[in-house]
Amino acid sequence: MVTEPLSQRSNAEPKMRARDVSVFYGDKKAIDAVSIDIPSEYVTAFIGPSGCGKSTFLRAFNRMNDTIASARVEGTIELDGEDIYKSGMDVVQLRARVGMVFQKPNPFPKSIYENVAYGPRIHGFAEGKADLDAIVERSLRRAGLWEEVKDRLAESGTALSGGQQQRLCIARAIAVEPEVILMDEPCSALDPIATAKIEELIDELRGRYAIVIVTHSMQQAARVSQRTAFFHLGSLIEFGETSQIFTTPRESRTQDYITGRYG
Amino acid sequence: MVEHTVKAFDEDITRLRGLIAEMGGLAELAIQEALEALVTGNEELAQQVVDRDKKLDRLEGEIDAMVVRLLALRAPLADDLREIIAALKIAGMVERIGDYSKNIAKRVGRIEGRGRFEPLTLLASMGELAAEMVHDVLTAYAARDPLSAREVIERDAKVDAFYDSVFRNLVTHMMENPATISSAAQLLFVARNLERIGDHATNVAEMVHFAAVGHYPTDIER
Ligand SMILES: Nc1ncnc2c1ncn2[C@@H]1O[C@H](COP(=O)(O)OP(=O)(O)O)[C@@H](O)[C@H]1O
Ligand SMILES: [Mg+2]
Repeated sequence: MVTEPLSQRSNAEPKMRARDVSVFYGDKKAIDAVSIDIPSEYVTAFIGPSGCGKSTFLRAFNRMNDTIASARVEGTIELDGEDIYKSGMDVVQLRARVGMVFQKPNPFPKSIYENVAYGPRIHGFAEGKADLDAIVERSLRRAGLWEEVKDRLAESGTALSGGQQQRLCIARAIAVEPEVILMDEPCSALDPIATAKIEELIDELRGRYAIVIVTHSMQQAARVSQRTAFFHLGSLIEFGETSQIFTTPRESRTQDYITGRYG
Repeated sequence: MVEHTVKAFDEDITRLRGLIAEMGGLAELAIQEALEALVTGNEELAQQVVDRDKKLDRLEGEIDAMVVRLLALRAPLADDLREIIAALKIAGMVERIGDYSKNIAKRVGRIEGRGRFEPLTLLASMGELAAEMVHDVLTAYAARDPLSAREVIERDAKVDAFYDSVFRNLVTHMMENPATISSAAQLLFVARNLERIGDHATNVAEMVHFAAVGHYPTDIER
């Protein structure tokens, strides 16, 4: 694997650190000994052909694979230096700190307000109604949705357009003050305008949260990320600055994939 | 090179490279014929060089349009992106090489007393050097060969040295034969044009290197 040194702030501690991570489904190895640092100041993109293990690896960062009976994770993943797989780890707490946005927007069949208020309430973030209202407004503002929904907070989240639903899901993740946001192909069900809004949002959220995005669109990875990791058959092939990966990849497998010469 | 899944993209790139090769061939011929016309005083041949330059302009326009289309429709990346950007820039440089040759051809009618001009033979040799650089850099382009491109870049110093010696020679000639000053001044411009052709061949070589490996030869080797 070829790794480009992080040019700036190279001595800053990464937000998350994966070392020799392998993920199995039963006997099948889906991710093979991957090590990577996720910095808090950048958006990191995971690219690679379908089935190469991007989603599997992403889910390892907030232990979402725990919900799959056959899945098993080896190696270590740290959040601020703390092993997230250590015994006694509070997984609910972890998933608040490391939030996730999925491919298909999945709002609860509840009001827009409740969708955002749910997390802060169960995590005991809000002291009273006024506080909760403030959190809901701030989260919807950060997700770029406030102006569109402020007069209809009682309406069902599922009544929104696809793009709005996805921004609602981002607001929901933001509401519990996460440190990391994982996004698995968040725009694949959206039209180009809704996609552009999400990309703009990702750019605005950059710096406040460490963001990791899985995308099958090279152009999207190029537009929103500063670091790109290319995966192939469960292995991390190349990881470097996005501009370097898309202009002068070092590995021929990376080049073949991003230029459309892949099998 | 591994083919693209979208075959039409390979066809586009092959066509683009073909257009560059065609421009290169025309530019090389233009240098050679401009120099031949100059040395022999063949004004008809000189006019042909001038007329044929329009074809280079037209090809450059075709390449420009094709590059814009490819960037818009194919969103190329990595070596494809470098290849297409290089083609755009190389087309511009080769078009300039054509212009310099045309300038040389335009001076053919303004040289008097050819037989007495020793510097003319010097210019013919200098022209050969420049034409060879253009020829070899396009061979390097066709082969995507960064080493041959570097070799062409190194040769530019020879053309520069030639220019200095032609310059001194012509100035001496002018001092000794004041009657020939006007013709000799024309030859100074010719020498200057040839020196510029060498510079452009060098620039093309840098683009060939960039397209092949992703950085210019002057950059630190990684
Ligand atoms: N729940 C699962 N059970 C068994 N195998 C799975 C499961 N999820 C994914 N896989 C397999 O793991 C590999 C990686 O899948 P995935 O992480 O979804 O790849 P990607 O996101 O890159 O398309 C594939 O071979 C896939 O079939
Ligand atoms: Mg996936």
